[in-house]
Amino acid sequence: MEYIFTDQNFDQEVLKSELPVLVDFYAEWCGPCRIMAPVVEEIAQEMEGKIKVGKLNVDENEQLAARYGVMSIPTLILFKKGEPVKTMLGFRSKEEVLAEIK
Amino acid sequence: MLYDTIIIGSGLAGLTASIYASRYQLSNLIIGKLPGGTITLAHKVENFPGFPGVSGLELAQRVIMHAKSLGAEILPEHVSNLTVVEPNGGTPYHFKLVTESGKEFLAKTIIATTGTERRKLGVPGEKEYLGRGVSYCTSCDAPFFKGKTIAVIGGSDAAVTGAIHLAGFAAKVYLIYRKDVLRAEPTWREQAEANPKIEIIYRTNVIEILGDGQKVVGVKLDNLYQNSEVLPLDGVFIEIGGVPVSSFLVPVGVNLDENGYVQVNQKMETNVRGLFAAGDFTTQGLVLQQAITAAAQGAIAAASAFRYVKSQKAAKLQSI
Repeated sequence: MEYIFTDQNFDQEVLKSELPVLVDFYAEWCGPCRIMAPVVEEIAQEMEGKIKVGKLNVDENEQLAARYGVMSIPTLILFKKGEPVKTMLGFRSKEEVLAEIK
Repeated sequence: MLYDTIIIGSGLAGLTASIYASRYQLSNLIIGKLPGGTITLAHKVENFPGFPGVSGLELAQRVIMHAKSLGAEILPEHVSNLTVVEPNGGTPYHFKLVTESGKEFLAKTIIATTGTERRKLGVPGEKEYLGRGVSYCTSCDAPFFKGKTIAVIGGSDAAVTGAIHLAGFAAKVYLIYRKDVLRAEPTWREQAEANPKIEIIYRTNVIEILGDGQKVVGVKLDNLYQNSEVLPLDGVFIEIGGVPVSSFLVPVGVNLDENGYVQVNQKMETNVRGLFAAGDFTTQGLVLQQAITAAAQGAIAAASAFRYVKSQKAAKLQSI
């Protein structure tokens, strides 16, 4: 299942998560993000129970995008124990993302 | 399974090739990483017949749906290896493809449509500040620069339309171009010149992207601009065209021109029999790198593949 992260639930769901969390920073107007979306959904299903996967709308959550220096989307950030440990910029295939987060 | 044709690349050329191939009843598979290809990055397409003012993404999605409705399968992967195999001691030979995840496929013909990838400026700071002020996608990243000062480097349609799009968000947009006259369509040029937020700096190259360790703070120019070689900025968009993604065709012997574009004739045939190419990364595509011409070349390539498969069948029947 894919989560939806926001300014409100980010602390609880991402920073305090026991599992690593993959956050997809996206926006409705971004073409490559819309192509990326089904890839992220597949990763969410495949990694169920191992990694938490969700998306974060940068228009509705500008503070978080700014806090993590996101100035280009799509951007995927992997969080472990509250810290961003890996950032992936631009469109990636499922295999590429899985190789990066494993 | 042996496909009649495998299409490598999923942009407008490849998708259109699939539409035609399906209607010729050629079994076909599309292998391409970014469904829709380069056009998905265009925020507006004003010259595709029948679709005035469509976004590049919407146009791409319509073509993807069209291809799928005729039975196209799209595998979102890279091809990591392409070879020729000879099942019957020579004729007809087949093509074997291996994808990055190790899947293998066989095909009677190949239609290569992998297009171009973005050309890098190749200056200090470009790599370091990618995603931290340096961007190659105006339609993706414009809203991060609301009220900011930014520059677009380039003079093509993509650069000038990108600058116009960015001016909807930023406070100030510099368009930095190395020549005297922008090479974009006159209608775009006039719009950029008339836009009060856009300032065009001609005959100037960016030689370094400057940052403060966190993000972009400016660029260094090779010509003084308002008595300074440094132009303070919050972001830099690089729109200086593409380079052909063609190196995977070299091992099977496809002829490229000196810049790496695939040499094709009017039938979109390469020098390798059974291997066709279409779109931006071919010598034909270079004439006009547009969605409409890529689609047209994809159609021609599929027709040529159809004739080739038919002629191989006829030859096989004669030899029995």
